[in-house]
Amino acid sequence: MEARSYWQENLRLILICLAIWFVVSFGFGLLLVEPLNAIRLGGYKLGFWFAQQGSIYTFVGLIFWYTAQMNKLDKKHNVEDQ
Amino acid sequence: MDELRLYTWIAVGGTFGLYFFLAWWARAGSTSEFYAAGGGITPLQNGMAIGADWMSAASFISMAGLIAFLGYGGSVFLMGWTGGYVLLAMCLAPYMRKHGKFTVPEFIGDRFYSRTARIVAVVCLIIASVTYIIGQMKGVGVAFSRFLEVEYDVGLYIGMGVVFVYATLGGMKGITYTQIAQYVVLITAYTIPAIFISLQLTGNPIPQLGLGSTLADGSGVYLLDKLDMVVTDLGFKEYTTSSLGSVEMFAYTMSLMIGTAGLPHVIMRFFTVPSVKAARQSAGYALVFIALLYTVAPAVGAMARFNLINTIEPVAGQNLEYDQRPQWFKDWERTGLLQFEDKNGDGKIQYTSNAETNEMVKVDRDIMVLANPSIANLPNWVIALVAAGGLAAALSTAAGLLLAISSAVSHDLMKGVLVPDMSEKNELLASRIVMTLSILFAGYLGLNPPGFAAGTVALAFGLAASSIFPALMMGIFSKNMSSKAAIAGMCSGLGVTMLYVFQHKGIMFIPGTSFLGGMEPNWFLGISPNAFGSIGALVNFGVAFAVLKVTGPAPKEIQDLVENFRTPHGKIAAAHDH
Repeated sequence: MEARSYWQENLRLILICLAIWFVVSFGFGLLLVEPLNAIRLGGYKLGFWFAQQGSIYTFVGLIFWYTAQMNKLDKKHNVEDQ
Repeated sequence: MDELRLYTWIAVGGTFGLYFFLAWWARAGSTSEFYAAGGGITPLQNGMAIGADWMSAASFISMAGLIAFLGYGGSVFLMGWTGGYVLLAMCLAPYMRKHGKFTVPEFIGDRFYSRTARIVAVVCLIIASVTYIIGQMKGVGVAFSRFLEVEYDVGLYIGMGVVFVYATLGGMKGITYTQIAQYVVLITAYTIPAIFISLQLTGNPIPQLGLGSTLADGSGVYLLDKLDMVVTDLGFKEYTTSSLGSVEMFAYTMSLMIGTAGLPHVIMRFFTVPSVKAARQSAGYALVFIALLYTVAPAVGAMARFNLINTIEPVAGQNLEYDQRPQWFKDWERTGLLQFEDKNGDGKIQYTSNAETNEMVKVDRDIMVLANPSIANLPNWVIALVAAGGLAAALSTAAGLLLAISSAVSHDLMKGVLVPDMSEKNELLASRIVMTLSILFAGYLGLNPPGFAAGTVALAFGLAASSIFPALMMGIFSKNMSSKAAIAGMCSGLGVTMLYVFQHKGIMFIPGTSFLGGMEPNWFLGISPNAFGSIGALVNFGVAFAVLKVTGPAPKEIQDLVENFRTPHGKIAAAHDH
């Protein structure tokens, strides 16, 4: 059941990433924008910053983190394609 | 010929020459090269190509203008058009690459062991891509007519000719290398004016930081605070908090995210890399290159709004005399995109939110990026660069869309359904002929833009979000998902979304046929037609799982196929055909 545990671990990684993906955009950028706007980041209100800057930086970081984790996982389960 | 036009011809001519050279150098010799560049593109190259493929005339020209006038509400485009790449990288691209076929409908046909599913996917793909192309063709025509002062029609013909040469000759291979060049051109053209303007206003050359900095006028006031103050003084909503309504923003952002992940011309680009690992990596690089433009855009938008107001009313109560208006004001008045009407007859320009007294009768949002360099008094070579950048953005997206359409017709409809025993040589010829016909069709639509052109973006994202994205997700994450359930889901998601868009905007956008009217009181939960794709997707998932429960799971060999493409190693299972 090597393939099954590989897939389970992949699903776990995806869920972690999508949770963060949701929190920074829909959470900080939309639903919690008003309370966060009380906090300042230089000239930015924090909620506004997440909606127009922070969420995008987080998305980039998430993809690279996921890619690195999957490279490790591929090696661990010996399922690399090259 | 004045200096500006000379520079513009040099910039446009030079970049076009480069595209031709790359097309000739990377011409395609096989169907594999034509559809998927032979699978030999590196992740970094593919990331740049995806960036150019994705960032269209809308991203380059329109988005910052939208943000300038929507303020915080414009965030839906920023998050929506980038968040989809997270979904692509983790949920779609790696497995579809492993399956190893050329087109999105082919993947859907194999996974749902059904020709009907494949044909439904082809129909969705063609509607979504054609509606998208109209905008690109208009962008090409507008850029030529504004910057080079040739007729709109002539500009469009030149654009069609350029795309024809490199897309039919090179297929995916030629398109990939030209898109890489086009990415470099468009990102340079977008960031250089932004750096200049940020430096002028805040003293900080990095626009992303400049937007959060204090003004360079020595007042010590933050740019965004000052902007909030001047727009509220004029009666507009506060820039940093002006929301579209939270349900609407939520649904709109979600629709754009899943629509992005479901657009076939973007997914196709992931078939050009040699491995699953490379597919994941190219999504990361793609988002880096896209984020470069998307994090600069909010600065461009806010600073453009600031500069516009500052030009008209430098100090509160001291409005600009109409006779003293700057040259760019006169230039854009000539195009009709900027209109002034001296309502109170005092010879000065009043710009307010009050429709009775506002004298800036028309400020077209699309002019913000194009006029920005002249509003900020930047040198002519910067303005010339913006023209070349706008053209690069429109042409690169048009080429990607044309390839998606021609491969759907020649590979999925002709080879897959109508003439299965077609030789590779004939298929290659067929795809070039279809590509040529698509260019002529797109050109025709650009010359005679249908009245519904403005509403069609909603349809393209709505279709991708409500039909293609859920089908792909269920195909990968639910091993049991059967062909009947998936087809039922796709058709109902698509049906609900189209019904909603048409009932509020008219059947095929024909005025007068909208039976519920476009009025907000009739919107379901206050969600606009543009944002309805996410609801359509929910319907798709719901119907598919209900039908699955009644009709039973997919056969064993299909479940094995899914197991196979979930892991990167090993051979691809033989394609299933019925």
